[in-house]
Amino acid sequence: MGDIEIRVARRKRMDGIFAILGLVSTFVGMLTLAALMVDLAMDGSARLTQTFFTSFPSRFPDQAGILSAWVGTTLVMLVTAATAVPLGVAAGVYLEEYAPSNWITALIEINIANLAGVPSIVYGLMALGLFVYQFRLGQSILSAGLTLALLILPIVIVATRESVRAVPGTMREAAYALGATKWQTVKDHVLPYSTGGILTGVIIALSRAIGETAPLITIGALTFIAFLPGPPLKAEFPFVSFEWLMSPFTVMPIQMFNWTSRPQHAFHLNAAAAGLVLMVMTLIMNGIAIYLRYRFRKRIRW
Amino acid sequence: MDRIARRGAIWAPLRHSDGSLNYPRLMAVPSPPETGYLGQAEISGFLASRLTRQRVKERLIEFSMFLCALSSVAITLGIVGTLLLESWHFFANVSLLDFLTDTQWTVLFENPRYGIMPLVAGTVVTSGVALLVALPLGTVIAIYLSEYANARVREILKPILELLSAVPTVVFGYFAFLFVTPILQSFLPNLPGFNMLSAGIVIGIMIIPYVSSLSEDAMKAVPVHIREGSYAMGATRLQTAVRVLIPSAFSGIASAYVLGFSRAVGETMVVAIAAGQQPNLTLNPMEGAATITAYIVQVSLGDLPHGTIAYQSIFAAGLTLMVMTLVFNIAGYLLRKRFREIY
Repeated sequence: MGDIEIRVARRKRMDGIFAILGLVSTFVGMLTLAALMVDLAMDGSARLTQTFFTSFPSRFPDQAGILSAWVGTTLVMLVTAATAVPLGVAAGVYLEEYAPSNWITALIEINIANLAGVPSIVYGLMALGLFVYQFRLGQSILSAGLTLALLILPIVIVATRESVRAVPGTMREAAYALGATKWQTVKDHVLPYSTGGILTGVIIALSRAIGETAPLITIGALTFIAFLPGPPLKAEFPFVSFEWLMSPFTVMPIQMFNWTSRPQHAFHLNAAAAGLVLMVMTLIMNGIAIYLRYRFRKRIRW
Repeated sequence: MDRIARRGAIWAPLRHSDGSLNYPRLMAVPSPPETGYLGQAEISGFLASRLTRQRVKERLIEFSMFLCALSSVAITLGIVGTLLLESWHFFANVSLLDFLTDTQWTVLFENPRYGIMPLVAGTVVTSGVALLVALPLGTVIAIYLSEYANARVREILKPILELLSAVPTVVFGYFAFLFVTPILQSFLPNLPGFNMLSAGIVIGIMIIPYVSSLSEDAMKAVPVHIREGSYAMGATRLQTAVRVLIPSAFSGIASAYVLGFSRAVGETMVVAIAAGQQPNLTLNPMEGAATITAYIVQVSLGDLPHGTIAYQSIFAAGLTLMVMTLVFNIAGYLLRKRFREIY
């Protein structure tokens, strides 16, 4: 009997040790995150002045800023969102609400699952061959936005499908019972109910796109841009201009990469400041997404 | 009919004096109507035509949504097509045998040699280090979150942990190069500034959420009665996790590992910044070396003319990367199929 008691005690001890090990492992991840933030803040916060946001990059580290980078990021994100959201939501709704179960649907589903695992730089290679040279879009904001749109498309589709699936069938049946057609049901009932989930997914997807560097370097984003793309609004007819779509560009992460890979320490401080801005942008987007998810989950009672 | 007209309802079609049909909205009922309301037969005819129009519209919408869904297939075709086409041009100039067996990758030099081995070695070493970090930590975290942590702790820890995968990779590159490497150098004095060790460790921490989240989901999906059976036999939580849950959730955990591998192999910015850009045929993580992805970045940063062999070489490198991930995904699929548990 003594033998068994010793074994039981040992196993309980192992169990307790594992509980501590699990907590420690979790903290490794969180400590890294904290170290990352502190490191960036310590190196970069001194550079975060107003001129840093309103200056172009420069040979002199203390005069260099991120104006062209954050403008570029904003414009690229506009193109990305304008492409990925309609395409992804439509695809997601189609797969949940319309798609017959046949081989084409199966093919589409397998494709989406596999695209999520394709390394981002491979999207960049495709965009380089296809958008930049085949479609002659050049190394432009348009090419970049489309590239990132394709990259986040699987995330948007999966998020749309999940939130559309969460709408109970009774909602649809109620709409049909009142004579609504399928599209009317989707447009007036299913989509409004799933907006929260879709929005959460879209924000998460965009926060991923905002930090993507490799595919944009691959399509030939420049690292030194000392001008802004043409303005989208003009004084004369037709008042809007899409010239900026074809403009060369740089984005925040590429600017940071460029500063990181320079030997002078002063540029590393700029890199840290840019990284800090980038991190804050990402964290805010993720925070909004977490909040939205929480709110919509709480508010909707079927 | 009268009643409807009096209330100016939406459903009263009107015929105008020119014979055209109108479908007035609530606000737009003209009063008095020019030639009076339609008869029953005319109304049903009108509704039928409207129904046909609605049907056509429905089909058009459905078809355009189908095209959107089909775009995913187009993307895959675009990726595979571009990689294969440019690699085809590449392999017209470089023999496949050289590509696979040569030990030098000096595409941008005077006498170029095209052996992919050094780049593959760099990729294998950095992802190897990353997996050595991510798989044990990720699995332990998954077991902890699914079996040990109470609901409140889990609700707090999980989102924070998932932020790790939301941090832009270029920030992780900065962190590896200017924070982790100096720390490692303080107790490994011979470590060069560019090394695969720190890049690998940072990638490993970065992909922890991929491994832990999917593994945890898989363990959560194991029915409670299986767990209870184990507890009823007197097993501890650890024994239950190791002997019962992991085997039961194996297929899900394997998918998590494969996804982690794909992320590690495809990771670009961390290695491009922290591991150096010098192709180096070595398996020693204490050295610096270029990976496949770092090479693509390095070439793309220069102004490379379209159609040159160096331009084509990045597509051949990309194809190699795709083949590596594909092989692992297929292996993972076979493993999952072999060990799948169905309840």
